[in-house]
Amino acid sequence: MTELALILVSTVLVNNFVLVKFLGLCPFMGVSRKLETATGMALATTFVLTLSSALSYLVNTALLAPLGLEYLRTIAFILVIAGVVQFTEMVVRQASPLLYQVLGIYLPLITTNCAVLGVALLNVQESHGFLESLVYGFGAAVGFSVVMILFAGIRERVAAADVPVPFQGAAIALITAGLMSLAFMGFAGLVKG
Amino acid sequence: MALPATHPPHVRPKTSVTRVMGEVVAALIPATAVYVWFFGPGLLLNMAVAVAVAVASEIAVLRLRGRDAGASLKDLSAVVTAVLLAFALPPLTPWYVTAIGSLFAIVFAKQLYGGLGYNPFNPAMAGYVVLLISFPAELTRWLPAVHAGLESGYVDFGTTLAYFVSGALPAGVSWDAIGGATPLDDLKTRLSVAETISEIRAAPLYGDFGGKGWEWVSNAVALGGVWLLFRKVIRWHIPVGVLAGLTFPATVAYLLDPGSHPSPGFHLFSGATMLAAFFIATDPVSAATSPLGRLIYGFGIGLLTFVIRSWGGYPDGVAFAVLLMNMAVPTIDRYTRPRIFGHVS
Repeated sequence: MTELALILVSTVLVNNFVLVKFLGLCPFMGVSRKLETATGMALATTFVLTLSSALSYLVNTALLAPLGLEYLRTIAFILVIAGVVQFTEMVVRQASPLLYQVLGIYLPLITTNCAVLGVALLNVQESHGFLESLVYGFGAAVGFSVVMILFAGIRERVAAADVPVPFQGAAIALITAGLMSLAFMGFAGLVKG
Repeated sequence: MALPATHPPHVRPKTSVTRVMGEVVAALIPATAVYVWFFGPGLLLNMAVAVAVAVASEIAVLRLRGRDAGASLKDLSAVVTAVLLAFALPPLTPWYVTAIGSLFAIVFAKQLYGGLGYNPFNPAMAGYVVLLISFPAELTRWLPAVHAGLESGYVDFGTTLAYFVSGALPAGVSWDAIGGATPLDDLKTRLSVAETISEIRAAPLYGDFGGKGWEWVSNAVALGGVWLLFRKVIRWHIPVGVLAGLTFPATVAYLLDPGSHPSPGFHLFSGATMLAAFFIATDPVSAATSPLGRLIYGFGIGLLTFVIRSWGGYPDGVAFAVLLMNMAVPTIDRYTRPRIFGHVS
């Protein structure tokens, strides 16, 4: 139990996927202009990440390892992720057509969110069990969501600021992300090892 | 009958940004005096270089943008940023370290966002965190307090100046001889080798609440803070939030396990707690706006400071806590928006 709690603290704060590991930057920069889309993206990614983290663990231990097919891991994981994303897309389309329209191209793009594949591969690398994989994926997703929503809030404000012309848009957003990353350095050492 | 037609506002307030910033600097004078008494004249050198670089970089950016630099400099906000940064740095800091921090604070954290009023992050703390990560050795070399009954040599002005200019101590002087850990740093190191709080607090470094000398600097900072409250330059919500956010978890931890958690008094009078509560977190630009939002913002800073001090890798977490809560400010403001009168949702 303590170990699972430590994994959660570690993935949400100490090794935040966006601000410390720099994974999943495409949706972080791409969908954070408005708080509503950022929240929708965060929820969709949370769902996909948690589910694909658990499923890719099952595929790895139940299918790839017994058959000696570990060299197919990357392709198999991408297939799992694409399947989960397709499923999420169908759910969002039915549940909230408006959100589906707002997210647009970004929803299928979760497939190429490197954080999702990163979580699946890191689970294997750190030989996590099923429950650990699930918590790791969920923690990564919560960390992604929190940072994404806070970032969207800041960006909405910066959009109204008197930013020098060469730095408007993506440039000031990247500087903001850098400053947020600096702030997250403060969590270093919270979880030992 | 001639009726004079004047434009509103007809009653002009005496407050201005310049007055507010000037009072903030003035309120730090007692703290500066106490700091120099205990830790030597290094602070004054740091302040000088920080202010000079801050003003110069502000002028440079505004010139590049084709703006009027004079109006922006007159509000003294760059001076306040520089002074707060200098306060956060150790008394012996090479000039180039201070200059980089000051440059980063003004250019990246403030002017690239459009200058005063637009910066989402506290510039002084952004500059300090950059230095803490880039120059970890320089920023952890502190001096023990002199005139505090400790057996330590006074670092004379010549040595201070030599180190300030060259970044190296003159021959015959070593850090082992003159340096000393801050109380927070010392406490953290000793706790990690399984000493108990009562054993640690018996060491000559520690005074009644915090460290000898350090607690008097904190008192002087708090005095300046109370002056700012009295002059209505700051409002009470953020300081109360910060102090409560630190005191509450510190008291719980102290009552549960007094052997490995210092008393709440130690937390309050050590490190940059008082500086954060009254001078740093109260920066009106990067703080939350509504009264409830300010309380939440302050409480978050206190709580995060406690978490980083107790379990994190850094001895003091104030700068990180301020930046982390700066990140949350737009979201806090969104959810603490005051209800519009007569509006039923």
